[in-house]
Formats: sequence, C-alpha cells, structure tokens
Amino acid sequence: MNPRHITAVILRQLYLYKRSLTRLMEIFYWPTMDLLLWGFVTMYLRKTAEGIPMFVSYFIGALILWDILFRAEQGVAVSFLEDMWSRNLINIFVSPISVTEYLVGLLLISTFKVIAAFAVTSSLGWLLYSFNIFKLGISLLPLMLNLVAMGWTIGLFTSALILRFGFEAEILAWALALFFMPFSAVFYPVRILPNALQAVAFFIPASHAFEGMREVINTSAFPVADVLWATGFNLLYISLSLVFFARIYKRVLMKGIIPKVGE
Amino acid sequence: MRILEVRGLSKSFEHGFFALKNVSLSVSSGEIVGILGPNGAGKTTLIHSILGLITPTSGSIEIFGKKLDHGNRLELLSRMNFASNYVSLPQTLTPWENLMVYALMYEVENPRERCARMLELFDLYHLRKKISRSLSSGQMMRLTLAKALLNNPEILLLDEPTSGLDPEIARKTRELLKDMASRQGLSVIYTSHNLWEMQEVADRVIFLKAGEILMQGPSSELLGKYNVENLEELFFKALKTAG
Repeated sequence: MNPRHITAVILRQLYLYKRSLTRLMEIFYWPTMDLLLWGFVTMYLRKTAEGIPMFVSYFIGALILWDILFRAEQGVAVSFLEDMWSRNLINIFVSPISVTEYLVGLLLISTFKVIAAFAVTSSLGWLLYSFNIFKLGISLLPLMLNLVAMGWTIGLFTSALILRFGFEAEILAWALALFFMPFSAVFYPVRILPNALQAVAFFIPASHAFEGMREVINTSAFPVADVLWATGFNLLYISLSLVFFARIYKRVLMKGIIPKVGE
Repeated sequence: MRILEVRGLSKSFEHGFFALKNVSLSVSSGEIVGILGPNGAGKTTLIHSILGLITPTSGSIEIFGKKLDHGNRLELLSRMNFASNYVSLPQTLTPWENLMVYALMYEVENPRERCARMLELFDLYHLRKKISRSLSSGQMMRLTLAKALLNNPEILLLDEPTSGLDPEIARKTRELLKDMASRQGLSVIYTSHNLWEMQEVADRVIFLKAGEILMQGPSSELLGKYNVENLEELFFKALKTAG
C-alpha cells in the first residue's frame, strides 16, 4: 500500500470540494435541511404526543446518526461516480495505483465527509433543539463506527455495480442506502416491525446501532449486545463487499468493459 | 532493444466475436509504431490489452522483458502512460491540480517543477489556474498529453491523440514525440485515422482489419511494395484486397 497513491485519490477529491459549492451542499445542505424540517416536526409532535418520553432525543439522535451512514455511503459511491462523470476512470486504472489503494482513498474521503457533516448536524441539534448527541457518552463512538462501516459496505457494493453496469446503475448511489432505512429501525423500535421484518432487521447492522442509541438514551447503559451484533455483521459484510468489488473488477477486465463504463 | 513483444494475442467477446485474432508484434526502444485500421479493426482493444485493461483470451504480452500479469501490472504501468480523446481529466480541477494529482500517482520526483515543465511544453502554463472546464477541447487534449508525459514514460500509448488539436499544435505534438523517441528512446504506439499524420510520425505501421494484422512494416517499404503514393491509398487498397 503506497501512501502517495492514496494521497493522490484524496487530493483529487479535496481539490474538487475546495471550490465546488454544489458538492459542499451535498455534505452540509441536505443534512441541515433534514434536521430543520424533521426537527421542527418533532418539536411539534412532542407537544401533541406527550405520551412518548425522550421523543426529541430519539428523533433528533436518529436523524444525526442516520446522516452518518448516508454520508459514509455517499462518500464512497459519489466519489467513485465523480471519476466516471469526468471520464477519468481509465486514467486511474492505467496508472500504477492499485484498486485497493483507490478504494482506501475513497474510504478516507468518506471519513472526512462524515466528520464534516457530523460537525454541522451535531452543532445544529444542540443549537436548535438543545439536543446534545455527546450525552450518549462513550457509546456514541462504536455506534458511529458501525454506521460508517455499513455506509462503506453499501458504497462499495454500489460502486461495484456502477463499475459493471455504468451510468445505468448510478441511481443506486442515492437509492440503495434508503432501501435499508425502513428495516433499520431508525425512528422506531424494531419491535414495531412485523415479525418477518424483525428477522430481516436483525441482520442489518444499522438496526442494532439505532436500538443501541435508544437503549443508551433510556438507561445510559453501554449497549453491549447491540454493538457486538452490529460489529460482527459489519465485519462480515464489508469483507463481502470488498470481495464483490474485486470479482466485479476482474469480470470487467475479462469482458473488456472498463473503457465503456464512462459512456 | 525490444521493449514490447505481443505474441499470438486473441480476444473474443460474447457471442464469439473476435476483436483480436492471433496478433503478434514487437516494438523497439525509440520506435514509433502506428496502428491503422477502419473502425472496429481492434486498435483500441490492442492498446487496452497492452495496458492490462482487457484480459486477453489467449496469447501473451511481454513488456520490458516481463510477461504482463496481475502481479507485475502496476510496476510495468509506472513506466508507461496513455492518452486518448475518449478519456479526460476532471474538468472541475485546474490544469495544475490535475497534473499534481497524477504526479503523486506516478510518484514523479520534483512534482512541482515537472508539472510546470509539462504545462510549458504544451503551452498551458498561463492557464494553469483556470478551471479545466473553461479550456477548449484542444487545450484539454493538450492537458491529457501533458499528463501522459508526466512520468517520463518509456512506452507511450496514444489512441487518437491529435483529434481535436489544431494543425499547428498537432504538428508540434508529433515533433515532440519524434524528438523524445530519438533522444530519450521513448517508444510510442499510436492510433490515428489521420493517415498523413501517421505517415509523417510513424517509423513503422501495422494495418489491422477485423482483429487481424493485414500488413506491417515501415511506411516507405509498404508504399513501394504495394505501389502506392501514400498511406491513404494503401489504406483503401488494403481494405479492397482484404474484401
């Protein structure tokens, strides 16, 4: 693994974000809009649905944490798409940079995006709704890391599919993460789901992260079981996503379609 | 000294379509080889195979005396480069930023000096801080060529590199390539539909049709052998002969 190659991938994205207002909006604008809209809805509902304790904490906390997963996924998939859109992918694949180095660069860029977006959403949560996400204490870190890992997994799967099918698959960069949202129990407990979907939710790391968040808010206890399940599944899924990307890359070379993916 | 050797290279795609059929060729140090052929002849497939972007169905490619495979591809690529009109550089970056990114990827020594030198060479230095999107297509192509020479490659693969360039810049580019080939031993594999350009720049031409080599040799030799005035006449004669 050559650090200069990885730095090149990161530098290319940093140059892009340095001057692109539209790309910066992707990091700051949407999370801010989500937090404003759903935050005020939450405040309103709190007044009318007083039976649910910790309502604001559940909802605002879930919004902030879901955005971590979404930014992590976008950080990989949209950054990959940037090289497709600019017809730059062949230049990268004929340079001495390995696919692993390229993907590591994308994962690091994704981490920067998550940190930047989290700084905005957590500050707004505190300023607008007096919600301090850091009250989750040390539990916050493993919950966040697991959401980032799941975002990476979805981002890697999406990028592999885009590599294979070209622009036909680019919609997945926005759609695939949202597909998991209903089963991830973001805004409601898993027990609300029908039995069959509860079984599905069990295998989704994010559902454990959000259950864990609610447990911390309710009891202040570290959600050991949820963190362990989420970590275990994430390790499995991220390994599978890397294998999937490698297989797709090999297949694309066999079929000779890398030159066509940007068309 | 031979630095590229392609032996019996074939590539078939789905439905049994053969893009390359048993292609063999070699390129020596400092040689400029032009690949000619109509659309769909296999020129781009050949170049992409040499770059490792396409896995051949059979045959082998030897570069710098090493058989191109998954294990040494990146090492070999560090001594090569590529430019084409169907590949671009991010237009949201400035020419300077684009070259700096690739200077890191190719681990170029003294990257700032080298990037400045390349931009000067292609008359782009005064545009270095402009967003690449604002460059004309010819300027963008020059930037792509600047990237292709950034790592001082020993083998340069150019797929239609001068399309979009004005005649003066295209001429300068050809002169630069010829100069680098004779002075530094740069080997160039070059595809173009501009047969006059090919006749001027290539030491040797290879004529491909339907994935097969129809003829190869120095332009002057082929012109004499087939009793034609120029490569354009040869092109049409070859197409007619091959049916």
